[in-house]
Amino acid sequence: MICVKNLSHSIGKTSVLQDISLEIPKGKVTALVGPNGAGKSTLLSLIGRLMPLQTGRISIDGSDIAQTPTRELARRMAILSQTNSLGSRLRVRELVGFGRWPHHQGRPTHEDEQLVMQALDALDLTALGNRFLEELSGGQRQRAFIAMALAQGADWLLLDEPLAALDMAFARRIMAQLVALREAGRSIVVVVHDINHAAAWADHVIALKEGRIAAEGPPETVCTSQVLGDIFDMELRVTQIEGKPLVLHHL
Amino acid sequence: MRPTLTLLGLLVPLSVASLLIGAAGIGFASFGSDPHMALIMSVSRLPRTLAVILTGAALAIAGVVMQQMVRNRFVEPGTTGTAESAALGLLAVTIVAPASPIWVKMVVASLAAMAGTALFLRLIRRLPAREVLLVPVVGLILSGVLGAIVTFVGWQTDLLQLISIWLMTGEFSGVIAGRYELLWFAAGAAALAWFAADRFSILGLGRETTTSLGLNPDAVMRLGLVVVSVVTALVIVTVGMIPFVGLVVPNIVARRLGDNLRATLPVTAAGGATLVLACDIVGRLVRFPYEVPVGTILGVIGSGLFLWLLYREPAHG
Ligand SMILES: Nc1ncnc2c1ncn2[C@@H]1O[C@H](COP(=O)(O)OP(=O)(O)OP(=O)(O)O)[C@@H](O)[C@H]1O
Ligand SMILES: [Mg+2]
Repeated sequence: MICVKNLSHSIGKTSVLQDISLEIPKGKVTALVGPNGAGKSTLLSLIGRLMPLQTGRISIDGSDIAQTPTRELARRMAILSQTNSLGSRLRVRELVGFGRWPHHQGRPTHEDEQLVMQALDALDLTALGNRFLEELSGGQRQRAFIAMALAQGADWLLLDEPLAALDMAFARRIMAQLVALREAGRSIVVVVHDINHAAAWADHVIALKEGRIAAEGPPETVCTSQVLGDIFDMELRVTQIEGKPLVLHHL
Repeated sequence: MRPTLTLLGLLVPLSVASLLIGAAGIGFASFGSDPHMALIMSVSRLPRTLAVILTGAALAIAGVVMQQMVRNRFVEPGTTGTAESAALGLLAVTIVAPASPIWVKMVVASLAAMAGTALFLRLIRRLPAREVLLVPVVGLILSGVLGAIVTFVGWQTDLLQLISIWLMTGEFSGVIAGRYELLWFAAGAAALAWFAADRFSILGLGRETTTSLGLNPDAVMRLGLVVVSVVTALVIVTVGMIPFVGLVVPNIVARRLGDNLRATLPVTAAGGATLVLACDIVGRLVRFPYEVPVGTILGVIGSGLFLWLLYREPAHG
């Protein structure tokens, strides 16, 4: 379980997160939703200790992230950031290979190589393994970064908008893969903008708005026209399909 | 490994040429029999050749490490204030304690180089990441300011001549046995980078990715700072700053082979050694028996190479 207590965060003078307390269940797929600028990425980066904590506490499976060595955390949680700016010229295989670094510290074993191949395969990148990242399309590159996070093989997988830039086939595939990982005992936190992916695949939904938690619970309770309409300040209808909420946000 | 072998295939004949070329002619016939020739070899030609190779390899590696730290391809220790701060440190010891042993001067120069580079890193931290050219511009300004201070102090203290060797015209004609061995330490510092190759590659992916992989980006930065500063300081003290190697070689290597330093560092090292050695030989030949400093040759060839690099069609496949 990830436990966030009284977390506040400001950047410069703007307050980005205000007194957030929440629990993210272990062994589940949790979707983090909310409007642009709600603070989702900030929250995820704080949980992933990519930014220093200002106030509040975060613990992951009982250990306080501020007290746990960063190397140890890297074996327990993998995080995919929203912005993966490309400064270096690496091949897809090399990038995904670095996902195993927390485990082998530079001396990859046969098992590490196996896991890298599996991750490449899972994202249909095997044929592109020798390409430089800058020679890929936006979506292919996004898949490479997802593969890197997968290869890390951590109990917790934090993904910030993994579906950004992916076509609908890959978007569905990734969500299905996350569910498969859950079945294998992993826990997943994923920021998604397409609310229907959250409704269809997630076990738990957390909605943020203006730095506060606006709603929290199973998709059936969060994905209602009332709740979502308030969060996104828009009129929308919600129907049901195969027992899952279907949000008609585009009509 | 093929590029390394190709480069070594170039480096070996160049080294032989370097051993044979010089004001005093050396023929294969007299080799081994003539004690005078043996002396020239062991005192002058061999040390010089080794010095050139060590310098080229170390500077190229310092360049690529710097570029990974800054995540910008247009920098090298000569354009980020590192060389000037090393010279400033050196100048300070020369003035304050002229009699201090060489290793003290080295340590002071290295520490000064670290301080100057750290200042540069701090200055560029707030720059918008998208403005890639601002980073080298800030570096050049800092180099300019520090260089002006060095020149001013040197002028006041009548040490300008020393400074011009340190910062302007690096060259190898003065290298003899006993006066280049410090460069082995520079090569050692560069070799340190090889052990941390993965760390530097990961650092090149950004602070966030570095942290998420369980590495402390600041610790990797400090290691890089040590490598770059020690290499630069040692090179400046022994032969003077050699421009462009740290810029051109890593760029060409990255273009062809990428940024996985574990695989590319040997190529970068061999490439730096080959380029500097070739330029040194050219410098010895163009006005034979006089010498043109290698820095001058590199300035010409290096800027040409760099322009070619900038304007060439992007590589495919
Ligand atoms: N470096 C920064 N400087 C100033 N403000 C920032 C900075 N980074 C983020 N913010 C602000 O913090 C708030 C939360 O940003 P965050 O990236 O967490 O939003 P988000 O929910 O992930 O949005 P999106 O859906 O667009 O990714 C926003 O209002 C944003 O403007
Ligand atoms: Mg975001």
